[in-house]
Amino acid sequence: MSVTVRSQVLQGKRLPRDVPVRKVHRRSADAAAGWLFILASLVGFLGFYALPLVRNLAISFTRWNMLSPAHPVGLGNYARVLHDPLFWNSLKVTVEYVLFNIPLQTVFALFLAVVMARMTRSIVVRGILILPYLIPPVVVGLVWLLMLNPTLGIIDILLRLLGLPRQPFLGSAIQAMPSIAGINNWEYTGFNAILFYAGLQTVPESLYEAASLDGASEWRMFWTISLPLLRPVTAFVVITSIIGSFQVFDTIAVTTMGGPINATRVVVWYIYEQAFRQFSMGYGAAIATVLFIVLAAISLVQFRLFRAGSSELQ
Amino acid sequence: MNETRLAGLKGRTAGTGALRLAAWIALILILAVTLLPIWWVLRVALTTSSLLFSDWSRFLPAGPTLANFARVLGLMGETAAIAAGGSGQTFHFLLAMRNSILFTGMILCGQLAFGALAAYAFARLRFAGRDAVFFLFVTGLMVPGVVTLIPNFVLVHSLGWLNSFQGMAAPYFLMAPFSVFFLRQFMITIPRELEEAAILDGSGRLRILARIILPVSQPAVITLAIVVFFSTWNTFLWPYLVGTTENVRVLTAALVTFQAQTPQGSPDWTGLMAGTALGMIPPIIILLLAGRRVVESLQFSGLR
Repeated sequence: MSVTVRSQVLQGKRLPRDVPVRKVHRRSADAAAGWLFILASLVGFLGFYALPLVRNLAISFTRWNMLSPAHPVGLGNYARVLHDPLFWNSLKVTVEYVLFNIPLQTVFALFLAVVMARMTRSIVVRGILILPYLIPPVVVGLVWLLMLNPTLGIIDILLRLLGLPRQPFLGSAIQAMPSIAGINNWEYTGFNAILFYAGLQTVPESLYEAASLDGASEWRMFWTISLPLLRPVTAFVVITSIIGSFQVFDTIAVTTMGGPINATRVVVWYIYEQAFRQFSMGYGAAIATVLFIVLAAISLVQFRLFRAGSSELQ
Repeated sequence: MNETRLAGLKGRTAGTGALRLAAWIALILILAVTLLPIWWVLRVALTTSSLLFSDWSRFLPAGPTLANFARVLGLMGETAAIAAGGSGQTFHFLLAMRNSILFTGMILCGQLAFGALAAYAFARLRFAGRDAVFFLFVTGLMVPGVVTLIPNFVLVHSLGWLNSFQGMAAPYFLMAPFSVFFLRQFMITIPRELEEAAILDGSGRLRILARIILPVSQPAVITLAIVVFFSTWNTFLWPYLVGTTENVRVLTAALVTFQAQTPQGSPDWTGLMAGTALGMIPPIIILLLAGRRVVESLQFSGLR
């Protein structure tokens, strides 16, 4: 109420005559306040985002162990990246991880969201589903270190019930990466399902009613109504999870530490090893730059693919 | 008209009866898969060490005991702890908790305060270069953390801030692109009329922000606080690299250090799982106390 009264006063004739002058004064005061208000953020942005990006590039042109002065090597580190089989292997296993992880996680989450939207609005169900996401990833890694342990884990009991032989999981070069993907599926599927669920809440119920009057099946309604209208959420979930998956680290740090035989030596683990164990800061920085370029290219392509931000609803 | 509608609905419910049942079973199964690992950690943590391998497939702990928690927390003498199956390593849970609380608290306060100031400036104040700076901030959303890891470590190192809270909090304290962006997107939807009277009264912008804008933005601020809290609390690599001494080491880093110290060949499983269980306590408590808020906030954070 009072809001409309105030705006009427603003538009009316009873305003004091000196308003234009005050407005001009206001403008310059706003400009000063504006810069003052963003000052801290700007310092933070320059100090910890913009300049480090440049500095990472600068470090990548040197050989440096942080103890003796940096030794300029030009593009040497990048040449080394191109010929380093361990780097290409780390990129390969990272892509493998993304390929295991993303489709599984997205399909499961969509399925869960549709089931919830159709059957239960229970906050308890959603609370349980989101719990793995709230637990720190290193703790989740420790949880599954136990779950997948061949002599102590539940998975082994299940295998035995099904009459299947014992599996090495994290201890096997072939099974380790799918196992890591499985662990992170446990961590993130519930969260993604909650995001999809929230997206489904914005779809008007009348669309489903009309479709079911026409005799459409659940399956058909999912493909013709839910999925197209969820596109912005799907784009958000897929793009952020792919970028996150390319930087997988925490789970590996407590389970396989890159092994067995390089099977889980993902890019970020390799950067960590180079920079903080071997103290090859220059080489680590060069790999980080390469990863940055790869990720930027992937996000750009995806952004176009999804035509992100536009929903059929608008 | 009415009859066809009824018939259509009838047909649908009859046809989907089996489907509904299958969906319920799937949902219950997924909930079980979510909760079972957490129970299994507790099960092992509560088991007497010497009975662990002989009774490994029981659903309930064999010889239920709190000894593993006691020895991991350092509440037991070293000889008694080793006798109970430990490696003599302890895990200073309360100290690590305190450090996590300080680390997260600092970042939460900084990001919310400076984020709100910047968001308000971007949403409301007119000044030259505003949109360019905002665009720059938004591009910061695309910078993967690993690219700034090495230079930020070098910076914190050269400032002499290794093993200090200011060093651990520095990269996140003044701004995070997401926080500024998220609050700005909310503030821009607040009707300008709300501020106009205060502007005519000659109130300063800081006063308007504190008295009018922030109270109206409460849901967005709470959502952001929850998102920032969990992402900071759960973060591992940066505080692990910067804060390695026990007096600043956060919970995630302390757990990984504890794990690294237990013998690799035959790990102290009951002790490790007691530590893991302790690491799960904070999120579980928060979920029990404010589950609805947390769930709804996280739902909301994805819809931008």
